[in-house]
Amino acid sequence: MNPRTVVVVGHGMVGHRFVESLRRLDTEDAWKVVVLAEENRPAYDRVALSSYVGDASAEDLTLDEHSDPLVELHLDEPVTGMDLAARTVRTAKGRDVAYDELVIATGSVPFVPPVPGRDLDNVFVYRTLDDLDGLRAAAETAIANAGAGRRAGVVVGGGLLGLEAANALRQLGLSPHVVEMAPRLMPVQVDEGGGALLQRLVSDLGLRVHTGVSTSSIAPDHRGGLTVTLSDDTELDASVVVFSAGIRPADSLAREVGLEVGERGGVLVDDRCRTSAEHVWAIGEVAAVKGRTYGLVAPGYAMAEVVAERLTGGDGRFSEADMSTKLKLLGVDVASFGDAHAASPGALEVTLNDPVAGTYSKLVVSDDATTLLGGILVGDASNYETLRGFLGENLPGDPMSLIAPAGDGAVGVGVDALPDGAQICSCNAVTKGALVAAITSGEATTVPQLKACTRAGTTCGSCVPTLGKVLASCGVEVSKSLCEHFSQSRAELYEIVMATGLRTFSEIVGQYGTGRGCDICKPAVASMLATLAGGHVLDGESATLQDTNDHFLANMQRNGTYSVVPRLPGGEVTPEGLIAIGSVAKDFGLYTKITGGQRIDMFGARVDDLPKIWRRLVDAGFESGHAYGKSLRTVKSCVGTDWCRYGVQDSVGLAVALELRYRGLRSPHKLKSGVSGCARECAEARSKDFGIIATETGWNLYLGGNGGFTPRHAELIASDLDTTTLVRTIDRFLMFYIRTADRLQRTAPWMESLEGGIDHLRDVIMSDSLGICTSLDEQMARHVEGYADEWAAVLEDPEKLERFTSFVNAPGTPDPTIEFVDHLGRRVPAGMKDGQPTDLAALGLGGVPITDGARIPMGAPA
Amino acid sequence: MTAQADVRQHPSGSTDGAEAKDPHPTPSTPAEPSSGTGWTEVCPLEKLQPERGVCALVGGEPVAVFRTHDDRLFALHNVDPFSNASVLSRGVVGDLGGTPVVASPLYKQHFALESGQALEDETVRVATYPVRVVNGTVEVGA
Repeated sequence: MNPRTVVVVGHGMVGHRFVESLRRLDTEDAWKVVVLAEENRPAYDRVALSSYVGDASAEDLTLDEHSDPLVELHLDEPVTGMDLAARTVRTAKGRDVAYDELVIATGSVPFVPPVPGRDLDNVFVYRTLDDLDGLRAAAETAIANAGAGRRAGVVVGGGLLGLEAANALRQLGLSPHVVEMAPRLMPVQVDEGGGALLQRLVSDLGLRVHTGVSTSSIAPDHRGGLTVTLSDDTELDASVVVFSAGIRPADSLAREVGLEVGERGGVLVDDRCRTSAEHVWAIGEVAAVKGRTYGLVAPGYAMAEVVAERLTGGDGRFSEADMSTKLKLLGVDVASFGDAHAASPGALEVTLNDPVAGTYSKLVVSDDATTLLGGILVGDASNYETLRGFLGENLPGDPMSLIAPAGDGAVGVGVDALPDGAQICSCNAVTKGALVAAITSGEATTVPQLKACTRAGTTCGSCVPTLGKVLASCGVEVSKSLCEHFSQSRAELYEIVMATGLRTFSEIVGQYGTGRGCDICKPAVASMLATLAGGHVLDGESATLQDTNDHFLANMQRNGTYSVVPRLPGGEVTPEGLIAIGSVAKDFGLYTKITGGQRIDMFGARVDDLPKIWRRLVDAGFESGHAYGKSLRTVKSCVGTDWCRYGVQDSVGLAVALELRYRGLRSPHKLKSGVSGCARECAEARSKDFGIIATETGWNLYLGGNGGFTPRHAELIASDLDTTTLVRTIDRFLMFYIRTADRLQRTAPWMESLEGGIDHLRDVIMSDSLGICTSLDEQMARHVEGYADEWAAVLEDPEKLERFTSFVNAPGTPDPTIEFVDHLGRRVPAGMKDGQPTDLAALGLGGVPITDGARIPMGAPA
Repeated sequence: MTAQADVRQHPSGSTDGAEAKDPHPTPSTPAEPSSGTGWTEVCPLEKLQPERGVCALVGGEPVAVFRTHDDRLFALHNVDPFSNASVLSRGVVGDLGGTPVVASPLYKQHFALESGQALEDETVRVATYPVRVVNGTVEVGA
C-alpha cells in the first residue's frame, strides 16, 4: 500500500515534534510526511533563542534532523494558499502539493503595536535566528560607531520574551531599557510582590525598567541613532529597539480559506486538534484549543502528540495544559506554576518575601491548606521542580515550611516525597514514574542516558538537576573514582591531601589507595602536591609522578623529540628576545611556529639538547612557558589603549600581570586566558577559561570558555569590575577549580557540573557562600610568593640535569632513531607512519606549487 | 638503596615470584634478541630512581630499564610499537591489576614490565631483556 501524505505547514519546534512523533508511532509506514518550512533552516530550539547571542551557534540550537526516508523537508518554501476542496496547498515556489491530511503548525508572529517609527531601520522583533543576526549586526555597528558614551537598546515589552531580549542586548554590549505597559514585569507569571522584587534584582544588574508606561513613538535622531518617546514623555536614546510585546497566532492562511478562528485569533480546534474543515488539523501557537491559545512549547508538544496519535489510530486528547514557567534571566530565577494568581475559588496564598536575601515565594493552596494549586518563586527557584510535582497533590507539610529557607524549620522536600505521577519534565511530559521505570529497568544509569531514553530534560533543560536527584533516589551512584588505585574522586583526594598534610605519593596511596598507582593517579597527585606543597616538580619522589612532558619540562612530539616554548607574557616580546629565540632555533636546528597563544614554539629538540637550549634562553631572560604542564599556558592580549584607536583599557598590561601572577600554577587541566581592550574582543577572551573584556569603567569577567573538542564560550560572571576585585575573583575561581574539579576536566564542564552552575560559582567566589574565600586567597598568595622558574632551577642542579640524556650509559650519543627530513621546505620527523605536508597545487587546486625554492628559507639568508 | 641484597634480580618474562628471586637469570623469552654479546653496563643502581625509567644503548639498540618500588628490575626495548618512537623509558611506571606496567608517554598504552605485553592489544608485545646488578652496577643482557 502506498503511504498517504500528510503535509505539515511550518517547521518550528512543534512541527518538528509532530513529524518525529508521527514517524515513531507510524510503525506500518502508512504516512509520508511533507514539511513546508518558511525559514531557510530546519527547526531549532526557539526556547533557547537568547543563548544564540551567547554561547550557542545555530548548529547548537538545531533540533535533531529527521532521519526517516518518509519525511521530505522543504526549507524556504512557505505555503501561500490552501485549497481545501482539492486538498492541495500552494507554495511560494508555485508548487501545488496534495495532501490526505493537513497539519497547520505555522506558529505565531510577533505583535508589533502601531507605534509611529516601528518600520525604521534598527527596529527589530525577537523571534527567529535571522532576527538575532540582524540585532547582533546592528549592535556591533552601534558599538563601533558610537565612540565614547553609553550604547543603549530599548525593549518594548517586559514579559518573559522581553526580558530574554533585554538579556540578549546586554550580552551584545548594549545597556537595555525595558518598557512595560503593565505596572510590573512579567505580569502574566508573577504578582505584584514578585514583580517588585524582580524589578529590583534586574535593575541591580543594569537593566533600566519603565513600568506602567507605553511607547509613544520612535524617531531617528541626528546622530544616526533612535529616540524612543514614552507615554510619560520620557525620551530614551537608543541604538536599537526590540519589540517583544507578545505574539499573535499566524492564522492568516486559515482565515483566507474560511477556517473558523478563535475570538482572540488562532485556528479554532477541539481537544483532538481538529479544525472546522475535514482533514485539517492545527497544533502549537497557531491553534486555539476550544478558543484558547498557548504561547509555550509544552502545550504545543502535547498537541503534536495528539494529532500523531490520531493519525495512527490512537485516541489522544489535549487536556488542561501545564502553563508552568521557569527561567533564569541574568542569573535571576523566576518561576510560576499552576494557579499562580490564586484564581481558584477559596484559594489561599502563603507568601514569604525576603528583601534581604532577594527572594520572594508564594504558594497558592486550597481553602483547607492541604492541596497545592500553584505558586510563584522569584530570586530562588531551586524548589520549583519539587513544588510543581505536588501540584494538585496533598502537601507533605505546612505550606510555609516548604518555602521557608533551609535551616528555618523547612522540611526539605526531596524527590523521594514526590508521587510517581508528578511531572518532572513539563516540556516533554515525563513523570517521575517514567524516569524511575527507566532507571530500575537498567535502561538508564546516567543523566545522559536518562535524557536519551525518556527525552526528559532535552528541551529547556531546567529539570536536568532533578534528573540527577531521581537517579540518586533510586540508589544509582555514578562512580567518580580517580582510577583503580583510588576510590575517591580527584576533589575528594584533594581534600584529603589538603587536610592530612601528606606530601608524598607513597604515603597517600599507602594510606588512602591501593597498589602502586598509574599514569592517571600519579600525575593527578603530582598536580595536587604542586599547589599544596610547592617545591620543584622534579624534587624527590615527585619526579617519578610526572608525565613525560612535566618530567622533561618540554612537550613530547610524535617522534620522541620535544618542543620548547619560552614564556612571552601577554604575547609581548622585544626585538632582542626575538633574535635570541631565532638564534637558538637556528643553532639547534629547530622548526619554529607561532602558537595560538601568542608565543613561539620550537620543535624537534633532542632530550640531550634541552638543557643547552634553556641555558641560552634563560641567559636571554626567558623562563619556562609551562606549555608542557596542566597549568596556566598563556594570557593572550590585544594591544589595548597603547596603540589601538578603539581600546578603552590597557589590555596588554593586565595580561602581562595576570600571566606573571598565575605562571606555573598546576591545575586539573590546562588553563588559558585572554584580555581584550574593548568589546571588539580581538584577544578572543571568551574562548578562554577566564577571559577579560575591558569596559569604559572596568573589566567584564567571563569564565569557562575553551576551544578544543567541544568549543565553549565563557559566561559572564560579573561586569565592570575594578582591577583589584577582578584579580581577587580570578584567584578564587582558579583555586576553587583546582580544589574541586575532576582530573582533566576543563573549567567549562566543571562549571556545568556544579549544582547551580555559574550562579553557585558567583555565590562561592564573590559572596563567600561557603566561607572558603580566605583560604582560597591564602593559597593563591602562597603560589604567587613561591613561584620560581622551573628551568632556571634545573640548570642549577646537576642531579636534575643528569636526567636529560638519551642514553644513560652513553651520554652525548645522540639517539639514532631520531632523524629529520626537509619536506617541501618544512623540517619534519623522518620515517613516521603518516601525515604528509599538503601541496594544493599537486592536488590540482591551482596556485603556486610548493617547492623548496618557493618557500621562505629555513636557514640563514645566503 | 645501598645493599645489593635488597635487589632481586628478575629474569624478564617471568611472572612467578619464586623464580624472580633466582640469582641466575635465565634469559629465555622468544621475544628477546639473542645476539649473545653478553652484558652491557647501564648505570650505578643508585642512579636508577624507583618507578622511573632510563634508556641505555645495548648492542646498538635502545633499551628502557626500570626499577619498581619493590626493587625489582626490568628491561624492555625502548621503541613504543604504537608510535615507532623511542620513548618507553620516559613513561609513568605503576601497576594495573597488580601487574607492574609502564605507560607509553605518547598514546598511553600500557606494557607489562615482566613480559613486554601490551595490555590494550594482545597482538603487540615489546622485546624484554634480562637485567642484573653486579657490584652496584645495573647490567642488561643481550
